[in-house]
Amino acid sequence: MPETFVFYAFSTVAVLASALVIGQRNPMYSVLLLIAALGALSGLYIQLDAPFVAVAQIIIYAGAIMVLFLFVVMLLNAPREDAAEWDRSHPLRQPGIGRFGALLATLLLVQLAWALMEVNAIDAPVGSRSDAGTVGSVAEMGRVLFTRHTFAFEATSVLILVAMVGAVVLARREDGEA
Amino acid sequence: MDLRTAIQLGVIGLTFFMLINASALLVLAERKIMGFMQQRYGPYLVGPHGLLQPLADIIKLLFKEELRPKGADKYLFTLAPILSVTAAFAAFATVPWGAETTLFGLLDEPVRLGVADVNVGLLVVFAVTSMGVYGIVLAGWASNSKYSLFGGLRASAQMISYELSYATSLAAVVLLAGSLSLREVVDAQADTWFGFLPQWYLFLQPVGFIIYLIAGVAETNRAPFDFPEAEQELVAGYNTEYSSVRFALFPQAEYINMATMSAVATDLYLGGWHGVPFLTELGLGWLVFLVKVGAILFAYIWMRWTVPRYRYDQLMQFGWKWLFPASVLNLIVTAALVLYFNA
Repeated sequence: MPETFVFYAFSTVAVLASALVIGQRNPMYSVLLLIAALGALSGLYIQLDAPFVAVAQIIIYAGAIMVLFLFVVMLLNAPREDAAEWDRSHPLRQPGIGRFGALLATLLLVQLAWALMEVNAIDAPVGSRSDAGTVGSVAEMGRVLFTRHTFAFEATSVLILVAMVGAVVLARREDGEA
Repeated sequence: MDLRTAIQLGVIGLTFFMLINASALLVLAERKIMGFMQQRYGPYLVGPHGLLQPLADIIKLLFKEELRPKGADKYLFTLAPILSVTAAFAAFATVPWGAETTLFGLLDEPVRLGVADVNVGLLVVFAVTSMGVYGIVLAGWASNSKYSLFGGLRASAQMISYELSYATSLAAVVLLAGSLSLREVVDAQADTWFGFLPQWYLFLQPVGFIIYLIAGVAETNRAPFDFPEAEQELVAGYNTEYSSVRFALFPQAEYINMATMSAVATDLYLGGWHGVPFLTELGLGWLVFLVKVGAILFAYIWMRWTVPRYRYDQLMQFGWKWLFPASVLNLIVTAALVLYFNA
């Protein structure tokens, strides 16, 4: 089964790279591993008969956003993170906050397990569905995006605009403020 | 494995082989044409008329010592050239270079000349070429040298800026053809107007074609936009610290990218393998394709040895204030006309 083999190959890369993103001391490596994880995900999208989503993933995330990430990491020359340099007095390291974080993590785990069980309930793989041919079609994708999901689409773009304006306001220095 | 599958695999291998050789031949062509333009012979000693010069260059580069600066990042320094050349090869994966052929009736089912045919082929080319910038940026960063870092930074800024105009000029062609598959775009240009003028998108998209070519030069980091390696300012830019095979991979990636840019331009604007009816009927349309690609490549080299390098701020001004608005305007006008004539 070549499909199964390819699926496990991409999944292994995606999972390993994502895990290593967190484990790296050098932020440069984290960025690159994230790109690898995004690439592997895009391979999985191709297997799901969604080549457009796969390519959009590469163009937008790996091609545009990650280049900016890399740029920032490179220019700030972010140092390696070593355990000895951790700030023990940081407000986020208070025990109460830690417990709250652990609670959130458990919630996320339960949610994921629940979602995976629900997925199992849907038996047929995407490729065998009757509308499999239209899932990958760019025209169909555009039609659905601009008819059924117009509100979500426009709301997302407004959200991104707000975030951009926010970033500009935060980064801007008033006159006299050094 | 049946015969057709075997031949299809052979075609894929051939595409790879042609790309490798394209980079070697382009180096030779570049030096020969440069010599001609500067009224000298160019390489002349190895083989007849210097034809074996690329082979000599490759052997020389293979046996050079591989140096790595002390402060360089061990892994990324090695990874960067590999990334560059991998992205360059992968970008050609969805570019068709000939019509589907049965090899003069040998096969029942036709094979396609090209590696893969996907319905979002044009986007794949765009996505993979945009990954090529990582190789250069990482080379600049991992070398731990100021010249390399500046080269890498310039490369990323330049490629991000010109990618916009590049993609927008592609979008106008997609509107005309109504498809993202390169093969369908080529076949939409098969007919002629008034019986003699081929229906190439060059005639419908003259502005788009010029924008594509200019942005293509900037994307492949060639003169007059070769800031990432501007010799007078940065020694050799992002590849200053590289030697031996690791160094050789960067120019190889650059030349393969040039070939890809030219092949895509041929598919999008020059009708691909169409244009000489009797050759197309014989199933030799790919010859027409190669000639067209060669013509664009010649123009690339011609430009490099004719036009002096811009200044860096001029490059950014030109990209953002002229090229990008022009490409957006081109897209809007094209969209309006397509709507008008289709309605």
